[in-house]
Amino acid sequence: MSAHYPALIILIPLLAAFLNTAFVWLDKRLCYPTTVLGLGGSVYFCIRLLLKVVGNGTMAYHVGGWAPPMGIELRVDNLSALVLLLVSVIAFMNIIASRKSINEELTFKSGAFYTIYLLFVTGLLGVVATADLFNLYVLLEITSLSAYALLAMGNQDRAPLASLNYIFLGVVGASFYLLGVGYLYIMTGTLNMADVNSLLPGIAGSSAVMVAFVFCLVGIWIKMGLFPLHTWLPNAYSYAPVSSSRVIAPLMTKVMVYVMIRMMISVFGLDFVFEQISLEGWVVALASVAIISGAVMALAQKDLKKMLAYIIVCEIGYMVGGAWLGNSQGMTGAILHIVNDAIMTFALFLVLGNIVFTRKKTAIKDLRGIFSSMPWTMAGFILVGISIIGVPPTCGFFSKWYLLLGGIEAGASFFVFALVLSSLISAVLVFRVVETAFFSPEDGGHEHEKAALNEAPVSMLVPLGLTGVAIIAVGIWSGYIVQHIILPFIQQGIS
Amino acid sequence: MPDLLTEIVNKYNYWLYIILMMIGLYAMIAKNNLIKKLVGMNIFQTAIILFFISMGYKDNATIPIIMGGHGGEAAHKTIEASQYINPLPHVLMLTAIVVSVATLGVALALIILIYQRYQTLEEDELRMRVKQK
Repeated sequence: MSAHYPALIILIPLLAAFLNTAFVWLDKRLCYPTTVLGLGGSVYFCIRLLLKVVGNGTMAYHVGGWAPPMGIELRVDNLSALVLLLVSVIAFMNIIASRKSINEELTFKSGAFYTIYLLFVTGLLGVVATADLFNLYVLLEITSLSAYALLAMGNQDRAPLASLNYIFLGVVGASFYLLGVGYLYIMTGTLNMADVNSLLPGIAGSSAVMVAFVFCLVGIWIKMGLFPLHTWLPNAYSYAPVSSSRVIAPLMTKVMVYVMIRMMISVFGLDFVFEQISLEGWVVALASVAIISGAVMALAQKDLKKMLAYIIVCEIGYMVGGAWLGNSQGMTGAILHIVNDAIMTFALFLVLGNIVFTRKKTAIKDLRGIFSSMPWTMAGFILVGISIIGVPPTCGFFSKWYLLLGGIEAGASFFVFALVLSSLISAVLVFRVVETAFFSPEDGGHEHEKAALNEAPVSMLVPLGLTGVAIIAVGIWSGYIVQHIILPFIQQGIS
Repeated sequence: MPDLLTEIVNKYNYWLYIILMMIGLYAMIAKNNLIKKLVGMNIFQTAIILFFISMGYKDNATIPIIMGGHGGEAAHKTIEASQYINPLPHVLMLTAIVVSVATLGVALALIILIYQRYQTLEEDELRMRVKQK
């Protein structure tokens, strides 16, 4: 049984998606329980898988019994087990939190929403678990296609247009990746990641392999929204229904960072990336520019949704920069930040979802007095804010600490400067919202009149509370995560 | 210079797909109409599909079906890989074609939504009308 975990985590949500398409016609009320069961099953097996992988080492699963390099292989090591758990838990919590807002925002499309949502999660889990380059492309496109559909369900004036822009750029990204895979296939004759990795040293110095790497990298960067290629991101995320942007914003970009790290470590190998190509100076500089410009653009926004979207652009710079610093500290920081940033972004969007659900308005100036009407939600916001600024013991501090140490070790002073500057700017961002929410009286005049309590429903507050606990818990146990999960993975990659 | 020319002539298939890809990319960037952009996107994807198809090709090889007998008989024959073209890229591209059809479908559905909303598919007009809302 346990040998089949890597396949089960992907198959269960996929089967639930199939069942859902039938239930849309038969009885719509069955859709929600199926979705919860499908995602719950995935969470259960992801936990079991993580425990097993951390205990016994990497697990390989040969799909259909065909051994690699002929067959497709699913391969779960420490890093993928960690990201799998992250994806499944966030997707599960989001569906719990979204129940009410789906019924309200997407009444007639709820069945379709659940089905596409499950396919999205299936695709993400598959991207993380697969060890086959072409399989990764297919699953990536399943993920992207469902993301386009989920994002387009929002604001009817703007969402379809934003989603169409995302399609144009997303297709270019995926096609670049596919082209890179084609070059690799010509040079090595295989698509299995481990096999490619073992064959590459034999053709060291080949310019086709370098071009393949650059194509793959640019494709992945477009999909993750690294700074100059981020133009699709803010509109697509901010006009979407909050129940879909809440899962796409934390997961899609983070999984793409995971794919980049996977390509760097498991496919091309760190020797190739840092000694043969040696683009690290340029990439770290680009990442620093991404951090600063993301933070500055976030500062310029008047709407909470847009502000959060630009914070994502800024955080992507952290992870890309960290991964390219070329030392173990930076890579640790980048991987830890995948986890932390997914949790923080999810928490931010939960806060946003609560505000959208109760107030319907998200302009920052409309948040006046929200502290007294939604105390729990805003308490959550302050906690996430502290974590984004990077105050211990929240999780945001620890990954930023590793990134800073890595930056200093690599002598990338511009990157260190960008990190510190963006922390300062995030402090301004958070306190700007808190000031409006807490200190400004509602509509002037009625300074002493307390706004009536108008808090979001419990089903939305509980996930926010749990995420808040996770922010602190991941912070406190970050030493454990680094020691037992991340460092063994990086050591495997170096040897 | 003659070296470069023979290089180009020998690998003309790769040059063709690069030209096709650039046509697609140009249409996606420069065209004003959303449908034209979409057609550009499709040309772009098709170029990559053709690239994959052409890399399975071998001179003087035939389709990858073992000739002379089937089932148990065929298994005893020695199979010369150079006699058959490589089927793997073709199989991969079946999946890629499905992906590109699905993308086209989603994009067309969105374009219908946009047209119903704004009664236009020209990008500059769309931008103006979005601003008015």
